[in-house]
Amino acid sequence: MPTIIVDGKSYEVGSGKNLLEACLDAGLDLPYFCWHPSMGSIGSCRQCALVQYRDNDDQHGRIIMGCMTPATDGARVSLKVEKAKEFREAVVESLMLNHPHDCPVCSEGGECHLQDMTVMVGHRDRRYKGKKNTHRNQYLGPLINHEMNRCITCYRCERFYRDYAGGKDLSAQASRDRIYFGRHQDGILESEFSGNLVEVCPTGVFTDKPFLADYSRKWDLQSSPSICSGCGVGCNISPGERYGRLKRIHNRYNHEINGYFICDRGRFGAGYVNGDKRTNYVGIKEPNGAFKAIKKNEISRHIIQWLGNGNIVGIGSPRASVESNYLLQKLVGPSKFSLGVSQTEHNILKRQVSILQTTRASNPSVREIEMADAILVLGEDLTNTAARIALAIRQATKNKAIAMATKMGIEEWHDSAVRNLAQKELSPLFITTTAATKLDDVAMKTITLSPDEIANFGLELARQLADGNSQDPQIIEIATYLTTAERPLIVSGPSLLNANIVESAAAVADALAMSNQNTQLSFTFPESNSTGSILLGEPQNLMLSDIIENIDEIDVLVVLENDLSRRLSAFEMTQLNASQTKIISIDVLENKTLEISDMVLPAASFAETQGTLVNNEGRAQRFYSVFSPLHDRLPSWQWVIDIAAVIENEELSAIASFDEVIDLCAQNNNFQALSSVAPDKNFRDHGLKIPRQTHRNSGRTAITANTSVHEPQQSPDEETPLTYSMEGLNRDQPSALTPFVWSPGWNSNQSLQKFQAETDGPLKGGPSGIKLIKSSGCGVSLDYDRTPSVSLKNNYWRLVPIYSLHGSEELSLHTKEISELAGLPFIMLSGRDADNMKVSDGDGVIVSGDDLRISISVRVSARMAKGCAGYSAGYNEIGHLTADTYVQINRDDEWQPLKPVVIATDRIASFKSEDNQYV
Amino acid sequence: MLSSLRTMWHIFKHLFQKAETVQYPEQMPYLAPRYRGRIVLTRDPDGEERCVACNLCAAACPVDCIALQKDTRDDGTWYPEFFRINFSRCIMCGMCEEACPTYAIQLTPDFEMCEYDRQNMVYEKEHLLIDGVGKYPDYNFYRVSGLQTATKDKGEAINEELPIDTKSLMP
Repeated sequence: MPTIIVDGKSYEVGSGKNLLEACLDAGLDLPYFCWHPSMGSIGSCRQCALVQYRDNDDQHGRIIMGCMTPATDGARVSLKVEKAKEFREAVVESLMLNHPHDCPVCSEGGECHLQDMTVMVGHRDRRYKGKKNTHRNQYLGPLINHEMNRCITCYRCERFYRDYAGGKDLSAQASRDRIYFGRHQDGILESEFSGNLVEVCPTGVFTDKPFLADYSRKWDLQSSPSICSGCGVGCNISPGERYGRLKRIHNRYNHEINGYFICDRGRFGAGYVNGDKRTNYVGIKEPNGAFKAIKKNEISRHIIQWLGNGNIVGIGSPRASVESNYLLQKLVGPSKFSLGVSQTEHNILKRQVSILQTTRASNPSVREIEMADAILVLGEDLTNTAARIALAIRQATKNKAIAMATKMGIEEWHDSAVRNLAQKELSPLFITTTAATKLDDVAMKTITLSPDEIANFGLELARQLADGNSQDPQIIEIATYLTTAERPLIVSGPSLLNANIVESAAAVADALAMSNQNTQLSFTFPESNSTGSILLGEPQNLMLSDIIENIDEIDVLVVLENDLSRRLSAFEMTQLNASQTKIISIDVLENKTLEISDMVLPAASFAETQGTLVNNEGRAQRFYSVFSPLHDRLPSWQWVIDIAAVIENEELSAIASFDEVIDLCAQNNNFQALSSVAPDKNFRDHGLKIPRQTHRNSGRTAITANTSVHEPQQSPDEETPLTYSMEGLNRDQPSALTPFVWSPGWNSNQSLQKFQAETDGPLKGGPSGIKLIKSSGCGVSLDYDRTPSVSLKNNYWRLVPIYSLHGSEELSLHTKEISELAGLPFIMLSGRDADNMKVSDGDGVIVSGDDLRISISVRVSARMAKGCAGYSAGYNEIGHLTADTYVQINRDDEWQPLKPVVIATDRIASFKSEDNQYV
Repeated sequence: MLSSLRTMWHIFKHLFQKAETVQYPEQMPYLAPRYRGRIVLTRDPDGEERCVACNLCAAACPVDCIALQKDTRDDGTWYPEFFRINFSRCIMCGMCEEACPTYAIQLTPDFEMCEYDRQNMVYEKEHLLIDGVGKYPDYNFYRVSGLQTATKDKGEAINEELPIDTKSLMP
């Protein structure tokens, strides 16, 4: 460990760091702009200037850039010497020459790194008398607002968007003081990670557009430690609330999972929480089919009437918390409980969990995925099914560059040098999918196969790895790369709904792991708690189809946060509707299952309750409510307890607090560690609760003064160690309880480094979440069911699901920005098929099959397996299309191209529509 | 003893001095223009609301008696959707006025705000907004700010160059 001397004081710093990182780690405030802990240094902003001295006798020293100078043992530097301070102030002064007078109307204000650094260097008065440069802004889509005047040309946006996230449509343009960061023309940003520009940009050039429309300052937001419910990866998020509305979501650093970045579904997909589709009051269906709102305490009267023979069946959900699912299963009994997913999906997910419990390979976190040096993806379009993992894999392909640099003695943080050295050298990535993916550009080889062929391909690869007698040169090549790699990684998942693919991925990983201990096997899981619901499932559980078959014997069906129309066929839904069974739906949003229910119980969204979600890695993580539920909403676990009280289930109705629910869940073997996922409600940080509000939360005595001038007590939080107030301490607590980051002098999200044990390292509060899945390491016994590949029929296409980050997820689709980006449901065709049908992007086709004839728009994929056509999985209007069915597709000559509704244009753009040119 | 007598003498002297009591409200005191009394929201010289809902007044308020919500007009300018001051909590410290970057919020020489019902001390925007510029007759934030509005294009604000042509090849 090198020791550096800063202003005469010695600090021990981590090896392989630069001086800027070393100073920050030592707790010193050294201003910077362009350096980013996970993107390294390029030395473009000149802000982190220090004076370095040759030795003890050197009184003069020389100015160096902290981020570009390695922290070598015995280095002598000064932060405080006048020369360095003057230099840093001059840099900010020159950056401010063209910075507009915008702070009051800038949504970065109050969490602006430029504001912080300006105050830190002490610059105040403008001396320059000249005029300020101005730039035209661009329309960048419904998510990101562009205000180019505010740019300080640090290049962080371009480096994140292009170099880190692989975007193509945002870049630095023009030269000298004309430099411009934007697209070649107005248009929606294409990257699925564009939202990170909001946090990466040190000032207000790129800001969160939905947040801007309902804006509050950072200091006024009430935040909580939460977990994204967008997919199975379980990124940590910090949602902010004010006036009872969820305002925005920021990334919450988790060293093992999301690090500094989340995808756009996670950041922008929670607008539904404020939407008008939310259920607010208990509804009871009247004979005329309309719902009547009733009081919470009236539910018992109705349920008792319905009980009949007392046959209650429950349907759980992969998007409800472990606790809610567990309580419902406990209430109705395992033999009357269904996990609430289709049989195919259930079998695959269950198999994935059992593979993870036995495989010889290790089950990596996202961070460990980033360290892989040879990757095989089997059947997953990761950017759309587990976006954060796709971003990690993109980073993993750069490991070759880092290895090359290390050999040359170049530090990893020396970003431009590493890139320059590597040029286009990438670690090997092989992608086997039915259609093109967004990772294709960094793949060494893309292989386009139908789902069955992918499985066979994987199996053959596994055989080659085991006994090496394959004839296929492609398989031999991939096998060679995987065996020579130090940390090979196999990624697969359920998205093609083909169990054999999962089996073959396990076979490949196990075969590799025989000779390489570092082999990793990762599966994606479709929903935020898919893993958790599989773990709590019991062998006696019912399948959805069993429930529909015996529907007439059921008196009451309790549906927990599950829109069954997404899992059942239209016919099954009709059966459910026609039956005499009384359906009680507990859900967050109106949906087709609610429509056919007899009672609707309004559930609290993820932002209004707490619970545990288990991610694809088997990591259980707790999320906490951001604000207390509005109207008559209750957490769904609370509704289950209320129903338990009605039917006189003494064990459940005696539960008085959330911690007791957790203790009950911990009786399940898989969830023994559940109570140690996060501290219980009695945890105190230095004797205090942890505040959800910042210490400068404003308006306490005025917010509700319009209804009554007598201020209400802050709503109490009896269930968690957090409080809905500004009182308490937000430091030194376990990481799972960090609602937001702030530190004196560091108002922006850059204050994160004060919460980290070291820059880009683990948090001071330790890792959060507990892995519930541990592998016995005994190896997977294959359960491969080789289906005879169906011969292709002329003019018939086999449907395969195609996922979209925006559109395929149930809840986020009800966010208006996401629904705009999702666009219309589509059929995806290969270029050749599209040419034969004489259709192109946006044209219409008629899809026909058994009892099916719909007109739908077309998207053309750069590659598509022969005989396959994709359909937009998860979109609302697409229920009739199902995977692995065969359909005919013909051009629709009467297709009227529908324009998707654009809900968020830049308001100014409408005034300037004819004048879109640069002057 | 001597001290007591001295004190009595001083008090006795006051009998012959002019009384300091002001006969308020018949007799109104002089309040300087910079007196810190009832808060108003002013308008810019063009008659538009000055407040841009930046929230700085609310953050500066030591008793947290200001609450507002930002919204955007069709012309791109920011304004408060609602703006509420709970005067029953206000301590007339003037920190909000000091924090205001647009001279919107100003304190006035009026302290006569007593009410029998505390609820009437809650002022909404319609109660706070006046039709004048207050103490600062000339300032209009949007003429200085770089933000583009319907009536002011990029480069038209005070001290701004015309927007840069990024496609120019001139050196």
